[in-house]
Amino acid sequence: MLLIHCPWCGIERPEIEFRCGGEAHIDRPGQPGDLDDRQWADFLYMRSNPKGLLAERWRHVHGCGRFFNAVRHTVSDSFVCVYKTGEPCPDLEALAREGAQ
Amino acid sequence: MSDLALYSPAAADGASVLKRSDVSVTRAAPLARLAFRGDATAAGKAGAAFGASLPMTPLAANPVGKRAALWLGPDEWLLLAAPETETQDVPWSLARSLFDEVETALATIPHALVDVSERNVALIVSGPGAARLLNTQVFLDLDESVFPVGQVTRTLFTKAEITLWRTAPDTFVLECWNSFAPYIEGLLATAPEDAT
Repeated sequence: MLLIHCPWCGIERPEIEFRCGGEAHIDRPGQPGDLDDRQWADFLYMRSNPKGLLAERWRHVHGCGRFFNAVRHTVSDSFVCVYKTGEPCPDLEALAREGAQ
Repeated sequence: MSDLALYSPAAADGASVLKRSDVSVTRAAPLARLAFRGDATAAGKAGAAFGASLPMTPLAANPVGKRAALWLGPDEWLLLAAPETETQDVPWSLARSLFDEVETALATIPHALVDVSERNVALIVSGPGAARLLNTQVFLDLDESVFPVGQVTRTLFTKAEITLWRTAPDTFVLECWNSFAPYIEGLLATAPEDAT
């Protein structure tokens, strides 16, 4: 079983305590009424879906209950780093270069 | 049995769920329970009104006499209190008075306080085989080096969410929802001995 580090609890926990909340750092448009259907559909449905590192929202639903963000490799399923909600997204390209070395 | 003054075994017949040479599981007497959510300022005031300060350290518990405040999340705590005199009824009046005291102290401060006295029940799992018995259904490493005495956490018991608190090296208190209790008790009572 995958062990995931929760930045709020400060401890590694089994993945069964967590739920994935999809891609992170997607801002809801401030004025949805100003958007046309295509722009709204892009916000709702279109995701980057990379082969490599992806910043995702995760929730420690059966632990502290809080959301946090995690950088996960979509091929190997390994967690590269975790950070609390509200903190800036780490430089994914730099992390990928580090991982490749 | 639990070393805490807070938890005592229920007196009713059938309080014993499992009794083996190395481990026993017993239903605990009812407690007053409050679910509290708020920021650090609200938590400070709530702790002063409740009689046990709300721990800010993750996974920490603060038992004071017959009261305890358990950290569940960065803005969430479970407050437990037992009546000063022995009673086997749900301590309604205690829950009510504690609720009012905390509400009064936090009159102008945003927070959420809910009386969950009847939502939860507690099981006392005690004996040298306690960790091994729990590990038949709980996915955490319960070795004392990783899960020391005093640590409390929400986790899963197979499919049921529980709050697990190590109150002594060989004693755990398992708080679960009332409706999940038969499921959890059944799995504990029928855990194969060779797996524990």
